[in-house]
Amino acid sequence: MLPATEEEVAAALRAAAAAREPLAVEGHGTKRAMLRPVQAARTLSTRALTGITLYRPTELVISARAGTPIPEIEAALAAHNQQLIAEPPDPRPLFGGDLPATLGGVVGANLSGPRRIAWGATRDHVLGIRAVTGEGEVFRSGGRVLKNVTGLDLCKLLTGAHGTLGVLTEITLKVLPRAETSGSLALRVPDIAAGVRALSAALGSPFGVSGAALLPAGFGALTGCLALVRVEDLAPSVRYRLDRLSETLGGFGEVARLDEAASVALWRAVRDAEPLAAAPEEAVWRLSLAPSAAPAACAALGAAFGAKLLLDWGGGLVWVAGPATEAAHAAVTRAAAGGAFALFRAPEALRAALPVLPEEAPALAAIGARVKAVLDPAGILNPGRMRA
Amino acid sequence: MIRLPEPKAEILARRPAILADLARLLPGDAVIGEPIRLKPYETDGLSAYRQMPLAVVLPRSTEEVAAVLRYCHANGIRVVPRGAGTSLSGGALPLADAVVIGLMRMNRILEVNLPDRYAVVEAGVTNIGITRAVEAEGFFYAPDPSSQLACMIGGNVMMNSGGAHCLKYGVTANNLLGLTFVTIEGEVLRIGGAHLDAAGYDWLGLITGSEGQLGIVTEVTVRLLRSPEGARAMLAAFDSVEVAGQAVAAIIGSGIIPVALEFMDKPCIHACEAFAHAGYPLDAEAMLIIEVEGSEAEQDMQLGMIRDICARFSPSSMKLAESAEQSLAIWKGRKGAFGAVGRISPDYLCMDGTIPTGALPFVLKRIGEMSAQYGLGVANVFHAGDGNLHPLIMFDANDPESFRKAEAFGADILKLCVEVGGCLTGEHGVGVEKRDLMGVQFTAAELDLQRAIKSAFDPGWLLNTAKVFPLTDGERRAA
Repeated sequence: MLPATEEEVAAALRAAAAAREPLAVEGHGTKRAMLRPVQAARTLSTRALTGITLYRPTELVISARAGTPIPEIEAALAAHNQQLIAEPPDPRPLFGGDLPATLGGVVGANLSGPRRIAWGATRDHVLGIRAVTGEGEVFRSGGRVLKNVTGLDLCKLLTGAHGTLGVLTEITLKVLPRAETSGSLALRVPDIAAGVRALSAALGSPFGVSGAALLPAGFGALTGCLALVRVEDLAPSVRYRLDRLSETLGGFGEVARLDEAASVALWRAVRDAEPLAAAPEEAVWRLSLAPSAAPAACAALGAAFGAKLLLDWGGGLVWVAGPATEAAHAAVTRAAAGGAFALFRAPEALRAALPVLPEEAPALAAIGARVKAVLDPAGILNPGRMRA
Repeated sequence: MIRLPEPKAEILARRPAILADLARLLPGDAVIGEPIRLKPYETDGLSAYRQMPLAVVLPRSTEEVAAVLRYCHANGIRVVPRGAGTSLSGGALPLADAVVIGLMRMNRILEVNLPDRYAVVEAGVTNIGITRAVEAEGFFYAPDPSSQLACMIGGNVMMNSGGAHCLKYGVTANNLLGLTFVTIEGEVLRIGGAHLDAAGYDWLGLITGSEGQLGIVTEVTVRLLRSPEGARAMLAAFDSVEVAGQAVAAIIGSGIIPVALEFMDKPCIHACEAFAHAGYPLDAEAMLIIEVEGSEAEQDMQLGMIRDICARFSPSSMKLAESAEQSLAIWKGRKGAFGAVGRISPDYLCMDGTIPTGALPFVLKRIGEMSAQYGLGVANVFHAGDGNLHPLIMFDANDPESFRKAEAFGADILKLCVEVGGCLTGEHGVGVEKRDLMGVQFTAAELDLQRAIKSAFDPGWLLNTAKVFPLTDGERRAA
């Protein structure tokens, strides 16, 4: 189904609910290999629901229909020297395929890139939504202003719900000016533990670090572990801040400065987890941890299955690639204790067989089931996507 | 006046037994029943509304909160959570048949982790208390509501509090990592943790700003940020509200995001100047306070750019702070704005709508017309960067007619905010104050959906009843 209007989405959902017919809900379907396979014979795609509906650069807000491709939104913003704040990853390097993500897909999955560490996640910038419940009822939450605490925040509830609580039809985001320029420092460090300490020192400095990643040894021409620190600002500020950060980080290893072009290319690779994309038969996990817990988790995963690693968010985000096996998944689950994990990409058989997200406490799961019953009483929206 | 539901007669009748039960659940000094000791809890920051509660309990731990909630749930007793009682929307207003759960004794800082940049604190720690605990190491907790000396982090979470620096740092919801949350059944749930992205549904996001409708937060994991090297403010005054609004748009459009961008209209400038003697220009129709952060040189550069932008709009005066002291002087009047208005009027209602910033000139013109029509003065403070408008409506609480008019004026302003594309409340919450206006912003179906989400957490509607949601037909009949 390819509804071209919100009314058509509502009608399709009313009909599906009446027939108790489960639907796979997607935009361009770029992330079908993420989380669990959806148990549905038919697909409702929002890809015909496109277009920017409001853009006020001086008010820092943009609204677009859910199926609008991210590059279209980025281009409109770039024309006014603005950008998406959370720097969402492009799914193509990791998942393959030719189509870019849609706005609805990025919000539905709450995907954020390196800038999340300084400026917040996609969920932090969703100001308003229009959506349709599993019964075909249109509703709004939030609005088009930057500060709004009126009523329960259903924007946050639907962001990251992977289409299981409603079909997003239109989304309003806060946006920000694009910095005049950016630059990065690259720091060779002996191991992940030292790298996380260096990133922590950078993020604990007053110099406005907007990216803090760690590329472990073994990628491309890299011989050691490489810590990356980014600053985005007015040109004189970037120069000054990188100077000061060089002093701060000098004690951790040899510091090199990357120019803007090199910096942009490297951070795009980090954003898209490109270093992990090479082997499509492997599974990819994302772990969210307190940064100081990352080195032990990485060591455990290295010992368990020789995990390939990429760390972002100062060590708080650990990308892991490895064999698509239950044993590897069990090791990831153990390593993520105290934090969170998601089986981000895997062959279907593995994703169908395992809990792809951490278990919830029974009392919370019971609340979740009641919330799901409110928004999708017939259980037709992306059944099985997040949990069996 | 906003009506409260009729108290449950059988609960009122069982009051002595309930007090005795609570005294068995908690240490003796944690249960308050005597009227003279209940009196301080009868109101909050919205002091026009007062109601003595059934009882007040002051638990010292999550387990004690859970025990009280289990008991109230089993016995069908309503509960009203309370932090410092600074809510400007009546969020902590008691009900006659409700137990107030005051969290002020849960005031311990449990953990500070600077390498991972978070702190775990109990709900009764004050907002400023978090920053005080880490400022010696150069860190701070970003959201800074103007009540930050008194207000507590548990209340901040429940109301999703903002502050003057949201444009850069976001509101409470953007600065949290985890919660300890107690359900009405007394189940203790850990939401999130010390990591950035939790798995599954965003319960942290849903609970933040839920105004006590879903459960009670007892511990909070907040993000800590490193303080900037320094900050400095400037002031720019203009001959018209429209032109000041254009200057705001030009600043934002230029790509500079100041850390604060505050707007005051003429009545507000006059009230603040009389109070604080900050050197504000009394002939101006509108004034901006703009603050930037960074090293001395970075501050100079940014203030210079903003000065050049403002200069294009023929400001009647500009003043750039040359030191931290001069910055404080510029802020002094603004920070005292509410107190300053309190000095020139016996009482005021502080409204809290948000509007698209481009609508400011139109909205201020309409507010001026309404002020004349209602015969009540109004001063406007505006977080110009994020569109959050605080009209302060001056009235006399000893004159019921004056209060009635002030409430009607306030409601008209909030309806106007919604009409121009904004919302009823930017940071103070709906509480009891704006409950009956919710139908202006939401359809009946949208409100029912929110009610159903509340029911998923609190099927018996015992948590902070009669706030946020307009009373249902049944409740209205009972009232």
